[in-house]
Amino acid sequence: MSNGIFIVVEQRNGKVQNVGLELIGEATRLKADLGDDVYAVLLGYNMAGEVEKLYHYGADKVVLVDSEYLKNYATEPYTKAVTEVVKKFDPEIMLFGASSIGRDLAPRVASRVKTGLVADTTGLRMAKTEEEFTQEANHGCTTPQRALLMTRPAFGGNLLATLMCPRTKPQMATVRPGVMKKLDKDNSRTGELIKLDVEFAPEDMNIEILEAVKAEKKMVDITEAKILVSGGRGVGKDGYPMLKACADELGGEVSSSRANVDDPACEWAKPEMQVGQTGKTVRPDLYLACGISGAIQHVAGMENSDLVISINKNDTAAIFSVSDLGVVGDVKKILPKLTAALKKYNDAKANA
Amino acid sequence: MKIVVCIKQVPDTVDVKIDPKTGNLIREGLPVIINPDDKVGIEAALQIKEQMGGTVTVISMGPPQADVALRETLAMGCDEAILVSGREFGGSDTYATSAILAAAIRKFGSYDLIITGRQAIDGDTAQVGPQLGEKLHIPQVSYVEEIKEVAEDHLIVRRQFEDGYHIVKIKTPCLLTAIGELAKPRYMTVDGVVDAYDKEVKIYGFDDLKDDLELDMIGTKGSPTNVYQSFPKQLKAPGKVLKNMSDDEYVAAIMAKLEEKHII
Repeated sequence: MSNGIFIVVEQRNGKVQNVGLELIGEATRLKADLGDDVYAVLLGYNMAGEVEKLYHYGADKVVLVDSEYLKNYATEPYTKAVTEVVKKFDPEIMLFGASSIGRDLAPRVASRVKTGLVADTTGLRMAKTEEEFTQEANHGCTTPQRALLMTRPAFGGNLLATLMCPRTKPQMATVRPGVMKKLDKDNSRTGELIKLDVEFAPEDMNIEILEAVKAEKKMVDITEAKILVSGGRGVGKDGYPMLKACADELGGEVSSSRANVDDPACEWAKPEMQVGQTGKTVRPDLYLACGISGAIQHVAGMENSDLVISINKNDTAAIFSVSDLGVVGDVKKILPKLTAALKKYNDAKANA
Repeated sequence: MKIVVCIKQVPDTVDVKIDPKTGNLIREGLPVIINPDDKVGIEAALQIKEQMGGTVTVISMGPPQADVALRETLAMGCDEAILVSGREFGGSDTYATSAILAAAIRKFGSYDLIITGRQAIDGDTAQVGPQLGEKLHIPQVSYVEEIKEVAEDHLIVRRQFEDGYHIVKIKTPCLLTAIGELAKPRYMTVDGVVDAYDKEVKIYGFDDLKDDLELDMIGTKGSPTNVYQSFPKQLKAPGKVLKNMSDDEYVAAIMAKLEEKHII
């Protein structure tokens, strides 16, 4: 019988990425219902130093495939390695981060091992109710008690759909970065290391990487920020200084809606700052929406923020229906005043 | 160079509205368009054709009205269009869709390059391109943001990652998935539109492909993933909206909220 919750842990440039740790955290929650062990699958070259961390964040076992063929991401060697893992271990569930790597690798693997794959999930849980077991069985599932229900946004973020993979194994999904929660790190946790030797051949490297370039400047990762000051069309191409000033007082980062990122006249809004269905999903403690109308595609990327405060001059703006507090007014006047008030507050605290 | 571009006709989900009474999507009257990432793929293919000669064939799996999308690509300058359509294909997930497209491409014949869009704006999965590459057993590069060099036997492309990029050389036949940065799609020309309606859109139905398909893995029944349920988004419960107050009063209210929630 298929067994095990397998997380294909993303690494880039030799470093395990957050999404991998988030998925291990989520896997421990699924384990609470399913009972199977959590396996972290680590692929790369000279990756032994990253193994301990995976136990600390909740993995029971690590499957390590270490080879020079896996030094940089390329579709075929990685697909081959993951396929070997599937064949050897027969996982019940296999999860990947829905990053640009995961969205290239997971479908290739799913197609090769002939199983179903659900994309960009934002919610995972084991089937629990009679209704759910019945539906799984109706679609041919022989082990409904071990069925995974996978929820994802579709239709540009306007709908949520819950999907099943009833007849094939592993039940596979890619998971949106920034949605699941890591466990707190526990340095006392240990686990079992399983080294898997995969026999690569030169023809497995069916592309040639002429250059592998890491971006020079440190890119801000808005999914890591606890506070985001986000600018929409109402802030526009000249709005960066006022957004940044406010973000600095709050100790946060600047993000953007799609409108500014797509605007050729706007220089400050970069794709990595974009919040939304085709941008990033964020869940900060505070999301300050400045001059953002609140189109569904945008809301899909920030609705799980703990506190949403919005400023918009249009009292019918959709953003207000997802805000804890909304103010109707001119963001270009209000935001600088807010920044001044924050500065005053911070100065008073520092001098207290 | 023989190029095949896969496209999908999709509802324009950017503009979709929610019925305020029912909370459901209003699907009627939604305009249909060529999926944006796919249109970028068409443009990239046309540019390669202009550079080196060859043909651009467009394939789409969809209902009969997808014919309109295919004619638009002919009006943009593509040479040939094939609509893959049949009741049996309906309800297919990405695994089944890629199997059907692979069969259609095998039926079509030889090719040097396949281009798909990264993802469609209704399904949002980004899975069909890579699954198609696997079923055709050809190498792939996805998230292609630039094509730097094209030759009869290879391409050199720039592949985007979140924190950098690779410059990759890939031999033909191969598959690329296109993202928005790759190309800015051209408009149809008036002559192109006129010509498009003289050209034939070939149709491949179930009978044309059935001998090449795993019949138990297509359509709703055959797809390895099935929908359990779908529902419109439950939006966060709205809080207070303050209006007709002075800016200073607004700022005070925001500061109070930030303190209440221990942000400051």
